Amino acid sequence: MKPLSLAFVLFTLALLGFSTYQALFVAPTEQTMGDVQRIFYYHVPSAWVAGVCFLVNFVASIAYILKRSSNADALAAASAEVGVVFCTIVLITGPIWARPVWGIWWTWDARLTTTLVLWLIYVSYLILRRFAAGSQTHLLAAVLGIFGFVDVPIVYMSIRWFRTQHPSPVMGGGENSGLDPAMLHVFLWNLLAFTCVGIILTASRYRLQRLENELEAEHARLALAGGGR
Amino acid sequence: MVKFFGRFAALRGVSASFAPGKLYVIVGDNGAGKSTLLRVIAGLIELSQGSVTLLGAPTAREVAHRIGYMGHAPLLYDELDGMENLRYFAGLYGLHNDSVCREGMRRVGLDPDLERRVGQYSQGMRQRLSLARAVLHDPELILLDEPFSNVDVHSARDMAAILGGVRDQGKTIFVVTHQTALMEQVADEFIHMSAGKIESRRPVKPLRVAANTAGVDR
Amino acid sequence: MSTATVTRSTLLKDLRMEWRSKDAINSMLFFSLLVVVIFSFAFNPTAEESRLIAGGLIWVAFLFAAVVALNQTWARELRNQVLDAYRISPAPANALFLAKVLGNFLFVVVLEVLMAPLFIVFYQLRSVGPVWQLIVIALLGTWALVVNGTFFAALSIRTRSREIMLPLILFPISIPALLAMVDATTSILTGDSSPGFWMKMLLVYDVVFTAVCLLLFESVLNAE
Repeated sequence: MKPLSLAFVLFTLALLGFSTYQALFVAPTEQTMGDVQRIFYYHVPSAWVAGVCFLVNFVASIAYILKRSSNADALAAASAEVGVVFCTIVLITGPIWARPVWGIWWTWDARLTTTLVLWLIYVSYLILRRFAAGSQTHLLAAVLGIFGFVDVPIVYMSIRWFRTQHPSPVMGGGENSGLDPAMLHVFLWNLLAFTCVGIILTASRYRLQRLENELEAEHARLALAGGGR
Repeated sequence: MVKFFGRFAALRGVSASFAPGKLYVIVGDNGAGKSTLLRVIAGLIELSQGSVTLLGAPTAREVAHRIGYMGHAPLLYDELDGMENLRYFAGLYGLHNDSVCREGMRRVGLDPDLERRVGQYSQGMRQRLSLARAVLHDPELILLDEPFSNVDVHSARDMAAILGGVRDQGKTIFVVTHQTALMEQVADEFIHMSAGKIESRRPVKPLRVAANTAGVDR
Repeated sequence: MSTATVTRSTLLKDLRMEWRSKDAINSMLFFSLLVVVIFSFAFNPTAEESRLIAGGLIWVAFLFAAVVALNQTWARELRNQVLDAYRISPAPANALFLAKVLGNFLFVVVLEVLMAPLFIVFYQLRSVGPVWQLIVIALLGTWALVVNGTFFAALSIRTRSREIMLPLILFPISIPALLAMVDATTSILTGDSSPGFWMKMLLVYDVVFTAVCLLLFESVLNAE
């Protein structure tokens, strides 16, 4: 690994350690929810990272359609996978938080439901990548990536409207709850740490995909020179 | 030109140029890349590397109305009859003239008033209708993939003569076939392909037979 | 070969072929009937409750029936590889797409017209809100399902397990449209609220995704 990358990884590990310590010990205990609320420091940053990953996927997909660059496709693949991972974290931490606090595992509120739909869309994206035949995989996946992302704001708006019609408990204290400055502080540290982790994971996956692409290209060179199969 | 299907290199570096107004016959073993080459020229396949220039244009799409293609499969709708098929495809080329379709069917020896669905045609009839569809819009460049498969000897000879006549009118024709003997009389050049490459090209002196000797009343 | 002419001739050709073979129609009709009957066994409520869930049920039933139809759409073009003949012609790719979407749309609408009375009878439905609103929602919603469904059906013909791929990639993306249809239908049937927002949302959904489909279809058609 290049020294700069190694330095970044170490930095991120340290940062993660620090922010976790902050989240678990330094942040003040929440009034009504108690210690369970600390999961918020994992829940929300994960959602943020997932969102950014999917945005990257959207841009990479468009780039692939326009330029047919295999690097763009590799980035799309990597960001989708990492995005799904973080999205899964959101979906798991959500119920864990909700159960002790509100007494229910799940609620169809706007944010959690949108996350679920997002998760479904990108899992279907990953499945398409696996099942598409040969050379069109990249193009088909790029198309689906674009559709998926365009859908997200529509999904969010629909569910919000649905919820104003049929209200139900909202997790995380509603849309506009403020944050105590001390908590905000810890939250931002965690946000930074998670973002760095996200960058590292995506970058590694991206490198892996590019290596795979290079391997394919090498096979292709051999096939051209040698026997054709 | 290079074309990969997954890990299989169907075309491994084909580089060639072809003159207009000639009848080229492409031969070779199965898997040599003959059909792939034809489809690349037709614009149905995107190359992994390389490019094709035809009729002065960088892509086949730009000159689509001047290209005719007959594939390995019939490229016809089984549920429609002969004229309905031709009428539909003629419409895709902007031709809304019934007589063109009727004439096209007659030229390949089929009855335009036959209301039988193509699904119930014999193989030979289907091949002939597919050929009619390919040349309906009077293209300058004609690409035929195994036009003689499952066609009886008489019809095949007729078709070969028709192709010669069409070439004489100044069209360029590429034919992929295993039946080299049939084409000896009319071909301008034989192109031998193997394992995704062009192995050799053999010019031939064709006998210029008069265009209308083929009887088409079958 | 303007887009309009080709769309029209392709649509007519498809309709003629469908009329002759009656492949899809028969299986669709029977499948729809089965779905309605099975739902009636699974959800057998009194009239009051039925009005509350009917919105959801009806659309789930239509969704399943539509998917069966959508899978068939491109099957016809793959037989004899006849799609190649279209691709090689100068006819525009979008004309083919529009023709298929319109064909599917007509098809699913016919299905809905046939299934709706069954639902009304089995569930003793009566609409409190105005019926024209139901029709608007049905049309907008059907278009939403069909435009994406036709597009993804074209996508999935080049994949393994294509029958399962279609619902797999179609359903997540269609969730907002489904939500809109279900909630709007329920609110019209119960007369509880106005479906105005849902209608606007479906319209936006239809416009956005029709545009995206038209932009991307040519790439999908020519991927080989």
